[in-house]
Amino acid sequence: MRAGQKLGLILLLTPLLLWLSLLIIIPHIDLFLLSLRERVGVRQYETGLANYTTILTEPLYMVTFARTAMMSILATVLTLLIAFPVSYYIAKMARGRARSVLFLMCLVPFWVSELVRTFGWMILLRESGVISGLLQWAGLAAGPVEMLYNDAAMMVGLVYTSMLFMVVPLVTTLDSLDDAVIEAGYDLGGSGPSILREIVIPHAMPGIVSGSIVVFMLSLGNYLTPTMLGGKDSLWFTQMIYSQFIVRFNWELGAAFGFMLLILSSLIVWAVLRLTGQTLEKTMG
Amino acid sequence: MIPTIPQNPLIRIAYGAYVALFFIYLALPLTVVAVFAFNDSQFPSLPWEGFTLDWFFGSERPMIGVFHEGPILRAIGTSVIIGLAVSALSVAVGTTNAFLFNRYQFRGRGLLYVLMLLPLVIPGIVLGISILVFSSTLANAAWDAAEFDIQALRPGLVLVILGQFSFVTTIATLVIAARLQKFDRTLEEAALNLGANHLTAVRTITLPYLAPAMIGAFVVSFLMSFENFNTTLMLVGSDSPLTIAMFDRLKLGSTPLLNAVSLLLMLGSSLLALVMIAFQRKS
Repeated sequence: MRAGQKLGLILLLTPLLLWLSLLIIIPHIDLFLLSLRERVGVRQYETGLANYTTILTEPLYMVTFARTAMMSILATVLTLLIAFPVSYYIAKMARGRARSVLFLMCLVPFWVSELVRTFGWMILLRESGVISGLLQWAGLAAGPVEMLYNDAAMMVGLVYTSMLFMVVPLVTTLDSLDDAVIEAGYDLGGSGPSILREIVIPHAMPGIVSGSIVVFMLSLGNYLTPTMLGGKDSLWFTQMIYSQFIVRFNWELGAAFGFMLLILSSLIVWAVLRLTGQTLEKTMG
Repeated sequence: MIPTIPQNPLIRIAYGAYVALFFIYLALPLTVVAVFAFNDSQFPSLPWEGFTLDWFFGSERPMIGVFHEGPILRAIGTSVIIGLAVSALSVAVGTTNAFLFNRYQFRGRGLLYVLMLLPLVIPGIVLGISILVFSSTLANAAWDAAEFDIQALRPGLVLVILGQFSFVTTIATLVIAARLQKFDRTLEEAALNLGANHLTAVRTITLPYLAPAMIGAFVVSFLMSFENFNTTLMLVGSDSPLTIAMFDRLKLGSTPLLNAVSLLLMLGSSLLALVMIAFQRKS
Protein backbone atom coordinates (compact mmCIF):
# COMPACT_ATOMS: atom_id res chain seq x y z
CA MET A 1 0.00 0.00 0.00
CA ARG A 2 1.41 3.34 -0.98
CA ALA A 3 1.75 6.15 1.53
CA GLY A 4 -1.03 8.20 -0.07
CA GLN A 5 -3.39 5.28 -0.04
CA LYS A 6 -2.62 4.55 3.57
CA LEU A 7 -3.37 8.14 4.50
CA GLY A 8 -6.68 7.89 2.63
CA LEU A 9 -7.59 4.74 4.49
CA ILE A 10 -6.85 6.34 7.85
CA LEU A 11 -8.81 9.46 6.97
CA LEU A 12 -11.86 7.41 5.95
CA LEU A 13 -11.60 5.04 8.90
CA THR A 14 -11.56 7.84 11.47
CA PRO A 15 -15.20 8.99 11.21
CA LEU A 16 -16.45 5.40 11.08
CA LEU A 17 -14.49 4.36 14.13
CA LEU A 18 -15.42 7.49 16.07
CA TRP A 19 -19.10 6.99 15.29
CA LEU A 20 -19.17 3.28 16.11
CA SER A 21 -17.05 3.46 19.24
CA LEU A 22 -18.41 6.64 20.84
CA LEU A 23 -22.08 6.23 19.98
CA ILE A 24 -22.62 2.49 19.70
CA ILE A 25 -20.00 0.26 21.32
CA ILE A 26 -18.80 2.16 24.38
CA PRO A 27 -22.33 3.32 25.38
CA HIS A 28 -23.54 -0.27 25.29
CA ILE A 29 -20.61 -1.46 27.38
CA ASP A 30 -21.34 1.36 29.81
CA LEU A 31 -25.01 0.35 29.88
CA PHE A 32 -23.98 -3.21 30.68
CA LEU A 33 -21.65 -2.08 33.48
CA LEU A 34 -24.40 0.07 34.94
CA SER A 35 -26.79 -2.89 34.91
CA LEU A 36 -24.27 -4.82 37.02
CA ARG A 37 -24.22 -2.15 39.70
CA GLU A 38 -26.38 -2.52 42.78
CA ARG A 39 -27.22 0.26 45.12
CA VAL A 40 -26.44 -0.67 48.71
CA GLY A 41 -26.68 2.78 50.24
CA VAL A 42 -26.62 6.45 49.41
CA ARG A 43 -23.96 6.80 46.70
CA GLN A 44 -22.63 3.36 47.60
CA TYR A 45 -22.57 0.63 45.01
CA GLU A 46 -21.44 -2.94 44.59
CA THR A 47 -20.94 -5.03 41.50
CA GLY A 48 -23.24 -7.98 41.11
CA LEU A 49 -26.16 -9.55 39.32
CA ALA A 50 -28.80 -8.24 41.73
CA ASN A 51 -30.70 -6.32 39.06
CA TYR A 52 -31.00 -9.39 36.89
CA THR A 53 -32.10 -11.60 39.78
CA THR A 54 -34.73 -8.95 40.60
CA ILE A 55 -36.07 -9.24 37.08
CA LEU A 56 -36.00 -13.04 37.04
CA THR A 57 -37.76 -13.37 40.38
CA GLU A 58 -40.41 -10.68 39.91
CA PRO A 59 -43.31 -12.30 38.02
CA LEU A 60 -44.62 -8.99 36.63
CA TYR A 61 -41.31 -8.29 34.87
CA MET A 62 -41.00 -11.76 33.42
CA VAL A 63 -44.63 -11.86 32.28
CA THR A 64 -44.24 -8.51 30.56
CA PHE A 65 -41.00 -9.67 28.97
CA ALA A 66 -42.54 -12.86 27.60
CA ARG A 67 -45.72 -11.07 26.56
CA THR A 68 -43.80 -8.43 24.62
CA ALA A 69 -41.83 -11.14 22.82
CA MET A 70 -44.91 -13.23 21.97
CA MET A 71 -46.97 -10.24 20.83
CA SER A 72 -44.09 -9.01 18.66
CA ILE A 73 -43.79 -12.41 17.02
CA LEU A 74 -47.56 -12.45 16.44
CA ALA A 75 -47.42 -8.95 14.95
CA THR A 76 -44.61 -10.05 12.63
CA VAL A 77 -46.51 -13.14 11.43
CA LEU A 78 -49.69 -11.13 10.87
CA THR A 79 -47.80 -8.44 8.97
CA LEU A 80 -46.20 -11.08 6.76
CA LEU A 81 -49.53 -12.81 6.06
CA ILE A 82 -51.26 -9.54 5.20
CA ALA A 83 -48.38 -8.10 3.19
CA PHE A 84 -47.46 -11.14 1.11
CA PRO A 85 -50.52 -11.28 -1.20
CA VAL A 86 -50.39 -7.51 -1.67
CA SER A 87 -46.68 -7.56 -2.49
CA TYR A 88 -47.22 -10.42 -4.89
CA TYR A 89 -50.02 -8.47 -6.56
CA ILE A 90 -47.81 -5.40 -6.96
CA ALA A 91 -44.78 -7.35 -8.19
CA LYS A 92 -46.41 -9.94 -10.45
CA MET A 93 -50.03 -9.05 -11.25
CA ALA A 94 -50.08 -5.28 -11.71
CA ARG A 95 -48.57 -3.85 -14.89
CA GLY A 96 -46.98 -0.59 -15.99
CA ARG A 97 -48.28 2.56 -14.40
CA ALA A 98 -50.73 0.88 -12.01
CA ARG A 99 -47.81 -0.97 -10.53
CA SER A 100 -45.71 2.06 -9.65
CA VAL A 101 -48.79 3.90 -8.37
CA LEU A 102 -49.72 1.00 -6.08
CA PHE A 103 -46.16 0.73 -4.81
CA LEU A 104 -46.01 4.46 -4.13
CA MET A 105 -49.35 4.28 -2.30
CA CYS A 106 -47.81 1.70 0.02
CA LEU A 107 -44.99 4.09 0.82
CA VAL A 108 -47.03 7.25 1.39
CA PRO A 109 -48.39 6.55 4.89
CA PHE A 110 -44.87 6.01 6.14
CA TRP A 111 -43.61 9.39 5.16
CA VAL A 112 -45.78 10.58 8.03
CA SER A 113 -44.78 10.30 11.65
CA GLU A 114 -45.77 7.22 13.62
CA LEU A 115 -47.48 9.56 16.05
CA VAL A 116 -49.89 10.76 13.36
CA ARG A 117 -50.71 7.20 12.30
CA THR A 118 -51.40 6.18 15.90
CA PHE A 119 -53.51 9.30 16.38
CA GLY A 120 -55.54 8.26 13.32
CA TRP A 121 -56.30 4.88 14.87
CA MET A 122 -57.33 6.58 18.11
CA ILE A 123 -59.83 8.74 16.23
CA LEU A 124 -61.20 5.66 14.47
CA LEU A 125 -61.43 3.27 17.38
CA ARG A 126 -62.35 5.25 20.45
CA GLU A 127 -65.73 5.36 22.11
CA SER A 128 -66.70 8.61 20.42
CA GLY A 129 -64.81 7.54 17.32
CA VAL A 130 -65.69 7.10 13.67
CA ILE A 131 -66.23 3.32 13.65
CA SER A 132 -68.34 3.43 16.79
CA GLY A 133 -70.41 6.21 15.21
CA LEU A 134 -70.85 4.25 11.99
CA LEU A 135 -71.99 1.15 13.86
CA GLN A 136 -74.60 3.14 15.76
CA TRP A 137 -75.74 4.88 12.60
CA ALA A 138 -76.14 1.52 10.86
CA GLY A 139 -78.10 0.22 13.81
CA LEU A 140 -75.55 -2.47 14.61
CA ALA A 141 -74.82 -1.09 18.06
CA ALA A 142 -77.17 0.39 20.62
CA GLY A 143 -74.70 2.73 22.30
CA PRO A 144 -71.10 3.90 21.89
CA VAL A 145 -68.61 1.04 21.50
CA GLU A 146 -65.14 1.33 23.00
CA MET A 147 -62.63 -0.43 20.76
CA LEU A 148 -59.52 1.31 22.01
CA TYR A 149 -57.27 0.30 24.91
CA ASN A 150 -57.07 -3.45 24.35
CA ASP A 151 -54.68 -5.92 22.78
CA ALA A 152 -56.55 -6.12 19.48
CA ALA A 153 -56.34 -2.35 18.97
CA MET A 154 -52.65 -2.46 19.82
CA MET A 155 -52.12 -5.28 17.32
CA VAL A 156 -53.89 -3.32 14.58
CA GLY A 157 -51.59 -0.39 15.29
CA LEU A 158 -48.41 -2.50 15.39
CA VAL A 159 -49.20 -4.23 12.10
CA TYR A 160 -50.10 -0.92 10.47
CA THR A 161 -46.97 0.83 11.67
CA SER A 162 -44.55 -1.74 10.33
CA MET A 163 -46.35 -2.70 7.12
CA LEU A 164 -43.99 -0.76 4.85
CA PHE A 165 -40.93 -2.59 6.12
CA MET A 166 -42.48 -5.87 5.03
CA VAL A 167 -43.93 -4.72 1.69
CA VAL A 168 -40.76 -3.14 0.31
CA PRO A 169 -38.37 -6.11 0.69
CA LEU A 170 -41.10 -8.51 -0.47
CA VAL A 171 -41.86 -6.51 -3.62
CA THR A 172 -38.13 -6.20 -4.35
CA THR A 173 -37.45 -9.93 -4.12
CA LEU A 174 -40.66 -11.02 -5.87
CA ASP A 175 -39.89 -8.57 -8.63
CA SER A 176 -36.69 -10.43 -9.48
CA LEU A 177 -38.60 -13.70 -9.98
CA ASP A 178 -38.92 -14.33 -13.72
CA ASP A 179 -42.50 -14.95 -14.93
CA ALA A 180 -41.12 -17.70 -17.16
CA VAL A 181 -40.17 -19.73 -14.09
CA ILE A 182 -43.76 -19.63 -12.85
CA GLU A 183 -45.04 -20.54 -16.32
CA ALA A 184 -42.61 -23.43 -16.42
CA GLY A 185 -44.02 -24.58 -13.09
CA TYR A 186 -47.52 -24.66 -14.59
CA ASP A 187 -46.23 -26.40 -17.73
CA LEU A 188 -44.75 -29.12 -15.58
CA GLY A 189 -48.14 -29.74 -14.05
CA GLY A 190 -47.85 -27.69 -10.86
CA SER A 191 -50.96 -26.23 -9.24
CA GLY A 192 -51.28 -22.74 -7.68
CA PRO A 193 -50.47 -23.84 -4.11
CA SER A 194 -47.60 -26.13 -5.12
CA ILE A 195 -46.00 -23.38 -7.23
CA LEU A 196 -46.35 -20.98 -4.34
CA ARG A 197 -44.68 -23.47 -2.04
CA GLU A 198 -41.97 -24.75 -4.39
CA ILE A 199 -41.07 -21.66 -6.40
CA VAL A 200 -42.42 -18.35 -5.10
CA ILE A 201 -41.77 -18.66 -1.38
CA PRO A 202 -38.23 -20.09 -1.71
CA HIS A 203 -37.39 -17.30 -4.11
CA ALA A 204 -38.85 -14.64 -1.79
CA MET A 205 -37.04 -16.01 1.29
CA PRO A 206 -34.41 -13.26 1.59
CA GLY A 207 -37.19 -10.65 1.45
CA ILE A 208 -39.32 -12.54 3.95
CA VAL A 209 -36.39 -12.81 6.35
CA SER A 210 -35.26 -9.20 6.17
CA GLY A 211 -38.84 -7.92 6.36
CA SER A 212 -39.61 -10.11 9.34
CA ILE A 213 -36.47 -9.08 11.20
CA VAL A 214 -37.17 -5.39 10.76
CA VAL A 215 -40.85 -5.71 11.67
CA PHE A 216 -40.02 -7.77 14.74
CA MET A 217 -37.42 -5.23 15.86
CA LEU A 218 -39.82 -2.35 15.34
CA SER A 219 -42.62 -4.06 17.28
CA LEU A 220 -40.35 -5.10 20.12
CA GLY A 221 -38.91 -1.62 20.48
CA ASN A 222 -42.19 0.19 19.98
CA TYR A 223 -43.26 2.50 22.78
CA LEU A 224 -45.85 4.73 21.21
CA THR A 225 -48.38 2.18 19.95
CA PRO A 226 -48.69 0.10 23.15
CA THR A 227 -48.88 3.29 25.19
CA MET A 228 -51.55 5.00 23.12
CA LEU A 229 -53.64 2.08 21.84
CA GLY A 230 -53.05 -0.61 24.45
CA GLY A 231 -55.01 -0.90 27.66
CA LYS A 232 -53.96 -0.81 31.28
CA ASP A 233 -53.07 -4.51 31.17
CA SER A 234 -51.15 -4.44 27.92
CA LEU A 235 -47.85 -3.47 29.47
CA TRP A 236 -44.93 -3.39 27.02
CA PHE A 237 -41.30 -3.94 27.92
CA THR A 238 -40.20 -0.55 26.60
CA GLN A 239 -42.68 1.12 28.97
CA MET A 240 -40.90 -0.50 31.90
CA ILE A 241 -37.54 0.77 30.64
CA TYR A 242 -39.01 4.24 30.32
CA SER A 243 -40.56 4.21 33.77
CA GLN A 244 -37.37 3.01 35.46
CA PHE A 245 -35.28 5.65 33.72
CA ILE A 246 -37.52 8.68 33.67
CA VAL A 247 -40.18 8.19 36.36
CA ARG A 248 -38.45 6.21 39.14
CA PHE A 249 -34.91 7.22 38.34
CA ASN A 250 -33.70 3.68 39.00
CA TRP A 251 -31.16 3.63 36.16
CA GLU A 252 -29.47 0.42 37.33
CA LEU A 253 -32.63 -1.65 36.95
CA GLY A 254 -33.60 0.20 33.78
CA ALA A 255 -30.21 -0.61 32.27
CA ALA A 256 -30.75 -4.29 33.08
CA PHE A 257 -34.16 -4.12 31.37
CA GLY A 258 -32.58 -2.49 28.34
CA PHE A 259 -29.92 -5.13 28.16
CA MET A 260 -32.45 -7.93 28.36
CA LEU A 261 -34.39 -6.37 25.48
CA LEU A 262 -31.18 -6.14 23.47
CA ILE A 263 -30.30 -9.78 24.18
CA LEU A 264 -33.81 -10.97 23.32
CA SER A 265 -33.84 -9.13 20.01
CA SER A 266 -30.31 -10.24 19.08
CA LEU A 267 -31.15 -13.86 19.92
CA ILE A 268 -34.26 -13.90 17.79
CA VAL A 269 -32.57 -12.13 14.88
CA TRP A 270 -29.67 -14.59 15.11
CA ALA A 271 -32.01 -17.59 15.30
CA VAL A 272 -34.01 -16.45 12.26
CA LEU A 273 -30.83 -15.87 10.25
CA ARG A 274 -29.49 -19.27 11.31
CA LEU A 275 -32.70 -21.15 10.53
CA THR A 276 -33.01 -19.65 7.07
CA GLY A 277 -29.30 -19.72 6.23
CA GLN A 278 -29.10 -15.95 5.63
CA THR A 279 -26.56 -13.44 6.88
CA LEU A 280 -26.99 -9.93 8.21
CA GLU A 281 -24.89 -8.52 5.35
CA LYS A 282 -27.08 -10.19 2.76
CA THR A 283 -30.44 -9.27 4.24
CA MET A 284 -29.70 -5.72 5.40
CA GLY A 285 -26.86 -4.44 3.29
CA MET B 1 -50.79 -17.02 -10.47
CA ILE B 2 -49.65 -14.52 -13.10
CA PRO B 3 -51.65 -12.63 -15.73
CA THR B 4 -50.47 -14.85 -18.60
CA ILE B 5 -51.98 -17.95 -17.00
CA PRO B 6 -55.80 -18.16 -17.13
CA GLN B 7 -57.37 -18.09 -13.67
CA ASN B 8 -60.77 -18.70 -12.23
CA PRO B 9 -62.44 -15.23 -12.50
CA LEU B 10 -63.96 -15.59 -9.03
CA ILE B 11 -60.52 -16.00 -7.46
CA ARG B 12 -59.25 -13.10 -9.51
CA ILE B 13 -62.04 -10.82 -8.27
CA ALA B 14 -61.57 -11.93 -4.66
CA TYR B 15 -57.85 -11.22 -4.95
CA GLY B 16 -58.50 -7.75 -6.37
CA ALA B 17 -61.00 -7.06 -3.59
CA TYR B 18 -58.45 -8.08 -0.97
CA VAL B 19 -55.86 -5.69 -2.39
CA ALA B 20 -58.46 -2.90 -2.51
CA LEU B 21 -59.36 -3.57 1.13
CA PHE B 22 -55.68 -3.39 2.03
CA PHE B 23 -55.33 0.05 0.52
CA ILE B 24 -58.45 1.26 2.34
CA TYR B 25 -56.83 0.02 5.56
CA LEU B 26 -53.67 1.96 4.69
CA ALA B 27 -55.52 5.17 3.86
CA LEU B 28 -58.14 5.17 6.62
CA PRO B 29 -56.22 6.54 9.64
CA LEU B 30 -54.56 9.30 7.64
CA THR B 31 -57.84 10.30 6.01
CA VAL B 32 -59.68 10.71 9.31
CA VAL B 33 -56.79 12.69 10.79
CA ALA B 34 -56.91 15.04 7.79
CA VAL B 35 -60.71 15.38 7.71
CA PHE B 36 -61.15 16.19 11.40
CA ALA B 37 -58.66 19.03 11.15
CA PHE B 38 -61.59 20.95 9.65
CA ASN B 39 -64.20 20.01 12.24
CA ASP B 40 -65.72 23.00 14.02
CA SER B 41 -65.63 21.32 17.42
CA GLN B 42 -63.42 20.98 20.48
CA PHE B 43 -62.82 17.29 19.83
CA PRO B 44 -61.52 15.41 16.79
CA SER B 45 -64.52 13.07 16.77
CA LEU B 46 -68.09 12.74 15.56
CA PRO B 47 -70.53 14.46 15.34
CA TRP B 48 -69.46 16.66 12.48
CA GLU B 49 -70.08 20.27 13.55
CA GLY B 50 -69.34 21.98 10.27
CA PHE B 51 -66.33 23.12 8.30
CA THR B 52 -63.82 25.56 9.74
CA LEU B 53 -60.27 26.71 9.14
CA ASP B 54 -59.92 27.95 12.72
CA TRP B 55 -57.62 25.11 13.72
CA PHE B 56 -55.12 26.55 11.26
CA PHE B 57 -55.68 30.29 11.44
CA GLY B 58 -57.82 30.90 14.55
CA SER B 59 -56.31 33.36 17.01
CA GLU B 60 -58.83 33.37 19.88
CA ARG B 61 -59.57 30.90 22.59
CA PRO B 62 -60.82 28.22 22.57
CA MET B 63 -59.81 27.77 18.96
CA ILE B 64 -56.18 28.76 18.59
CA GLY B 65 -54.88 27.60 15.23
CA VAL B 66 -51.48 26.12 14.46
CA PHE B 67 -50.12 29.39 13.15
CA HIS B 68 -50.84 31.19 16.43
CA GLU B 69 -49.81 28.41 18.78
CA GLY B 70 -46.37 29.39 20.08
CA PRO B 71 -45.24 26.09 21.68
CA ILE B 72 -46.10 24.07 18.55
CA LEU B 73 -44.32 26.51 16.24
CA ARG B 74 -41.25 26.44 18.51
CA ALA B 75 -41.33 22.62 18.50
CA ILE B 76 -41.42 22.61 14.70
CA GLY B 77 -38.40 24.93 14.69
CA THR B 78 -36.54 22.62 17.09
CA SER B 79 -37.34 19.61 14.89
CA VAL B 80 -36.05 21.40 11.80
CA ILE B 81 -32.77 22.34 13.50
CA ILE B 82 -32.28 18.77 14.76
CA GLY B 83 -33.21 17.35 11.35
CA LEU B 84 -30.76 19.54 9.45
CA ALA B 85 -27.93 18.79 11.86
CA VAL B 86 -28.59 15.04 11.83
CA SER B 87 -28.84 14.92 8.02
CA ALA B 88 -25.67 16.94 7.47
CA LEU B 89 -23.68 14.75 9.87
CA SER B 90 -25.13 11.51 8.55
CA VAL B 91 -24.54 12.33 4.90
CA ALA B 92 -20.95 13.39 5.64
CA VAL B 93 -20.10 10.23 7.58
CA GLY B 94 -22.21 8.10 5.22
CA THR B 95 -20.16 9.31 2.25
CA THR B 96 -16.81 8.57 3.90
CA ASN B 97 -18.14 5.16 4.96
CA ALA B 98 -19.29 4.37 1.43
CA PHE B 99 -15.85 5.24 0.02
CA LEU B 100 -14.13 3.23 2.71
CA PHE B 101 -16.08 0.03 2.06
CA ASN B 102 -16.05 0.49 -1.72
CA ARG B 103 -12.39 1.34 -2.24
CA TYR B 104 -10.33 -0.35 0.44
CA GLN B 105 -9.58 -3.93 1.33
CA PHE B 106 -8.19 -4.15 4.84
CA ARG B 107 -8.12 -6.49 7.78
CA GLY B 108 -11.34 -6.35 9.83
CA ARG B 109 -13.37 -4.94 6.93
CA GLY B 110 -16.04 -7.63 7.22
CA LEU B 111 -16.37 -7.11 10.97
CA LEU B 112 -16.61 -3.35 10.57
CA TYR B 113 -19.30 -3.77 7.92
CA VAL B 114 -21.41 -5.87 10.29
CA LEU B 115 -20.83 -3.34 13.08
CA MET B 116 -21.92 -0.59 10.70
CA LEU B 117 -25.23 -2.43 10.12
CA LEU B 118 -25.77 -3.08 13.82
CA PRO B 119 -27.67 0.14 14.67
CA LEU B 120 -30.50 -1.15 12.46
CA VAL B 121 -31.15 -4.08 14.75
CA ILE B 122 -30.80 -2.29 18.09
CA PRO B 123 -34.18 -1.12 19.46
CA GLY B 124 -34.33 2.67 19.36
CA ILE B 125 -35.11 2.98 23.03
CA VAL B 126 -32.01 0.93 23.98
CA LEU B 127 -29.90 3.13 21.71
CA GLY B 128 -31.35 6.11 23.55
CA ILE B 129 -30.67 4.88 27.08
CA SER B 130 -27.15 3.67 26.25
CA ILE B 131 -26.20 7.12 24.98
CA LEU B 132 -27.95 8.73 27.95
CA VAL B 133 -26.00 6.53 30.38
CA PHE B 134 -22.65 7.03 28.68
CA SER B 135 -22.99 10.79 28.37
CA SER B 136 -23.96 11.16 32.00
CA THR B 137 -21.01 8.96 32.99
CA LEU B 138 -18.78 11.39 31.10
CA ALA B 139 -20.51 14.45 32.54
CA ASN B 140 -20.26 13.09 36.09
CA ALA B 141 -16.59 12.26 35.58
CA ALA B 142 -15.94 15.80 34.38
CA TRP B 143 -17.77 17.16 37.41
CA ASP B 144 -15.88 14.96 39.87
CA ALA B 145 -12.54 15.79 38.26
CA ALA B 146 -12.86 19.54 37.79
CA GLU B 147 -16.25 20.67 39.17
CA PHE B 148 -17.11 21.52 35.59
CA ASP B 149 -20.61 20.80 34.30
CA ILE B 150 -20.69 19.99 30.58
CA GLN B 151 -24.22 21.05 29.63
CA ALA B 152 -24.01 19.41 26.21
CA LEU B 153 -23.81 15.98 27.83
CA ARG B 154 -27.07 16.44 29.76
CA PRO B 155 -30.37 15.56 28.05
CA GLY B 156 -31.10 18.17 25.40
CA LEU B 157 -30.57 19.19 21.82
CA VAL B 158 -26.99 17.89 21.42
CA LEU B 159 -27.81 14.45 22.78
CA VAL B 160 -30.94 14.18 20.63
CA ILE B 161 -28.85 15.01 17.55
CA LEU B 162 -26.15 12.48 18.48
CA GLY B 163 -28.74 9.81 19.31
CA GLN B 164 -30.52 10.14 15.98
CA PHE B 165 -27.24 10.43 14.10
CA SER B 166 -26.10 7.13 15.60
CA PHE B 167 -28.60 5.09 13.58
CA VAL B 168 -29.50 7.41 10.67
CA THR B 169 -25.86 7.18 9.52
CA THR B 170 -26.29 3.49 8.72
CA ILE B 171 -29.16 4.30 6.36
CA ALA B 172 -27.27 7.17 4.73
CA THR B 173 -24.28 4.85 4.24
CA LEU B 174 -26.41 2.18 2.57
CA VAL B 175 -28.10 4.68 0.22
CA ILE B 176 -24.81 6.28 -0.86
CA ALA B 177 -22.88 3.00 -1.06
CA ALA B 178 -25.54 1.53 -3.37
CA ARG B 179 -24.88 4.25 -5.95
CA LEU B 180 -21.11 4.22 -5.53
CA GLN B 181 -21.20 0.49 -6.29
CA LYS B 182 -22.58 1.24 -9.77
CA PHE B 183 -19.92 3.84 -10.51
CA ASP B 184 -17.61 3.05 -13.43
CA ARG B 185 -14.10 3.38 -12.03
CA THR B 186 -12.58 3.79 -15.49
CA LEU B 187 -14.02 7.33 -15.53
CA GLU B 188 -11.86 8.18 -12.55
CA GLU B 189 -8.86 6.51 -14.15
CA ALA B 190 -9.42 8.58 -17.28
CA ALA B 191 -9.26 11.72 -15.15
CA LEU B 192 -6.03 10.48 -13.59
CA ASN B 193 -4.59 9.77 -17.05
CA LEU B 194 -5.44 13.31 -18.05
CA GLY B 195 -3.26 14.58 -15.24
CA ALA B 196 -5.69 15.12 -12.36
CA ASN B 197 -4.59 14.03 -8.92
CA HIS B 198 -6.70 11.71 -6.80
CA LEU B 199 -8.59 14.39 -4.91
CA THR B 200 -9.41 16.36 -8.05
CA ALA B 201 -10.65 13.22 -9.77
CA VAL B 202 -12.96 12.37 -6.88
CA ARG B 203 -14.16 15.96 -6.55
CA THR B 204 -14.90 16.55 -10.24
CA ILE B 205 -16.01 13.08 -11.37
CA THR B 206 -17.14 10.86 -8.50
CA LEU B 207 -18.85 13.33 -6.18
CA PRO B 208 -21.08 14.85 -8.91
CA TYR B 209 -22.05 11.31 -9.85
CA LEU B 210 -22.91 10.59 -6.21
CA ALA B 211 -24.84 13.84 -5.72
CA PRO B 212 -28.35 12.42 -6.34
CA ALA B 213 -27.74 9.67 -3.79
CA MET B 214 -26.34 12.18 -1.32
CA ILE B 215 -29.37 14.43 -1.70
CA GLY B 216 -31.64 11.41 -1.43
CA ALA B 217 -29.84 10.32 1.73
CA PHE B 218 -30.16 13.87 3.10
CA VAL B 219 -33.93 13.92 2.58
CA VAL B 220 -34.43 10.42 4.00
CA SER B 221 -32.25 11.29 7.01
CA PHE B 222 -34.20 14.50 7.58
CA LEU B 223 -37.52 12.65 7.53
CA MET B 224 -36.25 9.90 9.82
CA SER B 225 -34.98 12.48 12.25
CA PHE B 226 -38.18 14.52 12.07
CA GLU B 227 -40.31 11.44 12.75
CA ASN B 228 -38.11 9.74 15.30
CA PHE B 229 -39.76 9.09 18.61
CA ASN B 230 -38.14 6.29 20.62
CA THR B 231 -34.53 7.44 20.74
CA THR B 232 -35.54 11.08 21.11
CA LEU B 233 -37.88 10.30 24.01
CA MET B 234 -34.99 9.13 26.17
CA LEU B 235 -32.64 12.01 25.34
CA VAL B 236 -34.95 15.01 25.20
CA GLY B 237 -34.38 17.99 27.46
CA SER B 238 -36.54 21.06 27.98
CA ASP B 239 -36.83 22.01 24.29
CA SER B 240 -38.88 19.19 22.79
CA PRO B 241 -39.05 18.52 19.07
CA LEU B 242 -42.48 18.23 17.44
CA THR B 243 -43.16 14.50 17.91
CA ILE B 244 -42.48 14.74 21.65
CA ALA B 245 -44.51 17.94 22.02
CA MET B 246 -47.45 16.33 20.20
CA PHE B 247 -47.14 13.19 22.31
CA ASP B 248 -47.33 15.22 25.51
CA ARG B 249 -50.48 16.92 24.26
CA LEU B 250 -52.05 13.72 23.06
CA LYS B 251 -51.65 12.24 26.54
CA LEU B 252 -53.64 15.14 27.99
CA GLY B 253 -56.43 14.75 25.46
CA SER B 254 -56.62 15.76 21.86
CA THR B 255 -58.10 18.76 20.09
CA PRO B 256 -58.37 19.22 16.32
CA LEU B 257 -55.25 21.38 16.65
CA LEU B 258 -53.27 18.14 16.58
CA ASN B 259 -55.11 17.12 13.43
CA ALA B 260 -54.15 20.41 11.82
CA VAL B 261 -50.48 19.92 12.75
CA SER B 262 -50.63 16.36 11.45
CA LEU B 263 -52.14 17.48 8.16
CA LEU B 264 -49.37 20.04 7.72
CA LEU B 265 -46.82 17.30 8.46
CA MET B 266 -48.38 15.06 5.83
CA LEU B 267 -48.29 17.85 3.26
CA GLY B 268 -44.71 18.71 4.17
CA SER B 269 -43.39 15.19 3.90
CA SER B 270 -45.28 14.44 0.67
CA LEU B 271 -43.80 17.61 -0.79
CA LEU B 272 -40.30 16.49 0.20
CA ALA B 273 -40.95 13.04 -1.24
CA LEU B 274 -42.18 14.51 -4.52
CA VAL B 275 -39.16 16.80 -4.78
CA MET B 276 -36.89 13.84 -4.22
CA ILE B 277 -38.64 11.67 -6.81
CA ALA B 278 -38.57 14.49 -9.37
CA PHE B 279 -34.90 15.04 -8.67
CA GLN B 280 -34.04 11.38 -9.09
CA ARG B 281 -35.97 11.22 -12.38
CA LYS B 282 -33.98 14.14 -13.74
CA SER B 283 -30.58 12.63 -13.10
